[in-house]
Amino acid sequence: MPERIIEIQSLTKKFGHFEAVKNVSFHVNQGDVFGFLGPNGAGKSTTIRCMLSLIKPDSGSIKIFGKSIFTHRNEILSKTGSIIEKPDFYKYLSAYKNLEIFSRLSSQSVSKEEIYKMLDFVGLGGRERDKFSSFSHGMKQRLGIAQTLLHNPDLIVLDEPTTGLDPQGIIDIRNLILRLKNEQGKTVILSSHNLAEIEIICNRMVIINKGVSVVEGQVSELMNQEDLVVRLELSNKTAAKALITDQYPGIKITDINESCIEIPLEKSKISALNKALVHAGVGVFSIESKRKLEDYFIKMVSA
Amino acid sequence: MIFIKSIYNEVIKIALKPRSYLGLAAITVLVGVILFALKSDGMSIISFVTSSFEQTLSFEGNVLNGNLVAFIILQMLIVQIPLLVALVTGDLVSGEAAMGTIRMLLTQPISRTQLLLSKFIAGGIYTLMVIVWLGFMSVIMGKLLFGAGDLMVLNSDGLVIIQEADVNWRYLGGFLVAFLALFTVSSLSICLSCFTDNSIGPIVTTMAIILLFTIIGTLDVHVFDSIRPFLLTTHMASWRSFFEDPLPIQEIKNSILILCIHNVVLIGISVYVFNKKDITA
Repeated sequence: MPERIIEIQSLTKKFGHFEAVKNVSFHVNQGDVFGFLGPNGAGKSTTIRCMLSLIKPDSGSIKIFGKSIFTHRNEILSKTGSIIEKPDFYKYLSAYKNLEIFSRLSSQSVSKEEIYKMLDFVGLGGRERDKFSSFSHGMKQRLGIAQTLLHNPDLIVLDEPTTGLDPQGIIDIRNLILRLKNEQGKTVILSSHNLAEIEIICNRMVIINKGVSVVEGQVSELMNQEDLVVRLELSNKTAAKALITDQYPGIKITDINESCIEIPLEKSKISALNKALVHAGVGVFSIESKRKLEDYFIKMVSA
Repeated sequence: MIFIKSIYNEVIKIALKPRSYLGLAAITVLVGVILFALKSDGMSIISFVTSSFEQTLSFEGNVLNGNLVAFIILQMLIVQIPLLVALVTGDLVSGEAAMGTIRMLLTQPISRTQLLLSKFIAGGIYTLMVIVWLGFMSVIMGKLLFGAGDLMVLNSDGLVIIQEADVNWRYLGGFLVAFLALFTVSSLSICLSCFTDNSIGPIVTTMAIILLFTIIGTLDVHVFDSIRPFLLTTHMASWRSFFEDPLPIQEIKNSILILCIHNVVLIGISVYVFNKKDITA
């Protein structure tokens, strides 16, 4: 059984009368890239802030590395790197100076060379002396990543790390997270609105909605509970629709264009359907199956 | 060790913030203007003050000397200095919240109390720099431009003449008490800064409080008699006590004690509020 790095039990936080987080429980295992999903205002940020002791919960327990954040805050934070919402640094200081400021507060001593190396690693080599205020959003994100990784933490909490990045930047961050997991065994919590990103990177996830954890588990297992979305490109759409309705009564058929339809179907039934269509004289030009986290997410949060 | 590093961080942040130099620049300009005015037409101002004593006293030597110039400068500027201090210290916590850096700081392995105390100490160091600069500009520049001499001070009891050899330690004592008073202003602004995420609010509120206390302190209304001795502003002028003869030691001790109590209370409130505060910014 994998070691549990984070264990959150019955977490509740109210702001006045508004209950931002209601009885949320989940756990994160050692080496997980854990997706933290939820619509805006779902309570993701509040939960992450509670985990990092920025917000004091009204009730519940938060254990990180087996210890309570309320009693072992400094010890836990010394092994944790995080970006909350967006990386904010001192506008009047350079990238190097900003990292130097934060490195002084970390548990490990970080040399000048290591700061330069980290800036180079995140693609800010040559911009060390530029002021933070002159940076683009993507560069700010990269500096945030650099600050997060500078003291070589075991647990990394990233809140929307790819927001504002160009496509290459998004791929770089994605690869970086996978490298941190695969090569260094780091545990990563990734809060993101980019569902495709979660689907590609994360092995486990929790969905939070209206302050409540809706579902938690392995991404692949949760997705397998759902039918695939199968897109068929056909020579005769009308005949195909009649056959499909006959074989699977009540099935929802979505028209995509003159020759394409989409249907929800179990993987094991795709081959049989293909045979039936061909047997009925309907030409099948292409079959494309996909499982959409987006659909699953919408289903979960609207339930 | 991390506490020392945090203090160093806070000092560096103040030192690299352009706003921090506004106060020093303002002192340089204000003192420069006063020195220029006194150099151009200082004797006529002095004659106006001494004219009432000329029938009973004769003034010899360099009356308008560096010691008197420094005293005039301090008397004129000590009211403005709190604004210059609050401009920097009032921003130390709320400015971090407004910028969002408070989140980054509070996810580092340093306790909130240590972080806040390092800000108080850095604020104190900045206040000391302001006072040292004011001392340099008034006493040193005053003596360089106007020469040394006995100090003639006019206070409510009459005219006090302090021998030249007796002046320097009085200035040192006066500056130390002025530093304590300004440090209290710094503590007040940092304390207010803990209550808000707005960068300007604590600076304006600090000045409003000082203005209000000054008005209460100067209004000759009996209803304020009981609170007046405990107001911060009452003791902000205590540096002047060092230029009385005999030295009112009990009065000075009392001021120091009240200012220290102010600081302890303000720092205590700040630590409590900051530790309880939810960081939602």
